[in-house]
Amino acid sequence: MIWLNVIVSGVLLGGFYALFACGLSLMFGVMKIINLAHGDMAVVAGYTAVFLVPKFHLPEVWSFLVVVPIFALLGYIVQRTLFQKSIDRDPFTTLLVTFGLSVVIENLLLEIYTANAQSINIGSLITKSWQVNNTISVSYLSLTVLIVSVVVLGALQLFLSKTSTGRQIRAVSDDREAAQLCGTNYRHIFGIASSLAFATVALAGIAFGMYTSLSPTAGGVNLLFAFETVVIGGIGSLWGTLVGGILLGIAQQFGAHFNEQYTVLAGNILFLLVLAIRPQGLFGKKVVMS
Amino acid sequence: MSDSGATSPSRPLLEVANLTIHHGQLRAVDDISFSLETSEVLAIIGANGAGKSTLLRTIAGLHTQTSGTITYEGDEISKLRTFRRVRRGISLVPEGRRLFPSLTLEENLQVGAQKAADGPFNIAAVYELFAWMRERRRQKVGQLSGGEQQGVAIARALVANPKVLMIDEVSLGLAPIVIERIYEFLPTIVAQGIGVLLVEQDVSQALAVATRVHCLLEGTTSLTGAPDQLSADAIESAYFGTIDSSATPEATA
Repeated sequence: MIWLNVIVSGVLLGGFYALFACGLSLMFGVMKIINLAHGDMAVVAGYTAVFLVPKFHLPEVWSFLVVVPIFALLGYIVQRTLFQKSIDRDPFTTLLVTFGLSVVIENLLLEIYTANAQSINIGSLITKSWQVNNTISVSYLSLTVLIVSVVVLGALQLFLSKTSTGRQIRAVSDDREAAQLCGTNYRHIFGIASSLAFATVALAGIAFGMYTSLSPTAGGVNLLFAFETVVIGGIGSLWGTLVGGILLGIAQQFGAHFNEQYTVLAGNILFLLVLAIRPQGLFGKKVVMS
Repeated sequence: MSDSGATSPSRPLLEVANLTIHHGQLRAVDDISFSLETSEVLAIIGANGAGKSTLLRTIAGLHTQTSGTITYEGDEISKLRTFRRVRRGISLVPEGRRLFPSLTLEENLQVGAQKAADGPFNIAAVYELFAWMRERRRQKVGQLSGGEQQGVAIARALVANPKVLMIDEVSLGLAPIVIERIYEFLPTIVAQGIGVLLVEQDVSQALAVATRVHCLLEGTTSLTGAPDQLSADAIESAYFGTIDSSATPEATA
């Protein structure tokens, strides 16, 4: 029964990781950008929920109603200005730009909000849980985040497969030049993909702020977990991202069961094993280098 | 400058004037001029590295020319981005087909049709033209044969309803019977008023379908004229570089 508890906790944690990682996966899948500022953007979303949303007289638990649209717009603008210019040069420039953005965000947050930890107040929801039996309890917040994660991934999957814009995103992801020859403005499509990625990272940042306390430097660790999730699940596969997140969550809970200090280590070992045995990830397609 | 302007009193559909294109330090196309009329098939022939594909890619907006102008329906379009040229009616079927492998056949056509101008072609019309496509519309394009993929690539360009259709190396890597089937549809396309700019290494095939031929040699024009007015010797000389400008009255060195 203890192991079942480990698995349940891992699945719930995995939902959060999947939510965190799907934006990273989308940006890499479509634009081939590894956004090193991904974790920091989530932290900014959390801070926005803490400091901006009360001005709208909204309960913080509903902060996503304000933060997600703001981040969707921000994603489009950042893509069309900062990222696009670096994509037009080379992948290394893009990596440097996102790294620079990450450093700037951390320092700005430290300057504006100091290093003091902040958290999003969700009242009694933080402690409520469903007691399945003596050993297994399911936190309402974790379950909500898992459900949100599944809904977001499902909605993204539907959007990509059923809509005209979704088809264009997949076409641009396959062959940017050929998509232009079909009349597609790939820069606009990149903007939309970035907008979606930023919207999901806003949700992840809010969830993070509800789970635990936000600090300006929390982005780095979150980026690592998101990156591991994407690699385990396979780049470009949204459902792979969910499975990757869940496996990472289970591995971490498994490690934590023996010793709290093994939490991150167990996840890293799984990450390395997947890289060694199946580098394209569990649901990723094998890339043949020409 | 134009080798067809004299035969058409109206302005050409597409006019390329004194076009020079560089790949880095290499001059890939050097001072080339020609024009294309409605319902005309202009074949650009030449050996590997003659600059044919570079020329088409530049007209499509994928390359920037060093000098010269590209005029479409009377407007200079050199500054227009590729997707805007496509929306205005210039489509390119690129070398190697360049279909979207993660999309089905029909999705490939839908991407091609999303910004289509008004005109005779849509996905239903394409299914009439290539009947087999309807049956296999839900298949991923990677599951199709090379000839079928070439058909989809042409259909994807057609559903945008172009006025200028550029086809780069349609026969590359395909069996002769497959090439023949693809070329069977060319008269139908031209009959809709589309001007076709055809890059083809198979010279006999190009001569069979073209209204005019423009031969390139190391980036420069070595010969132009109507196929029935060009002798085989003149074409061979222009193609391989032993230019014999006296072989035909229309030949230009």
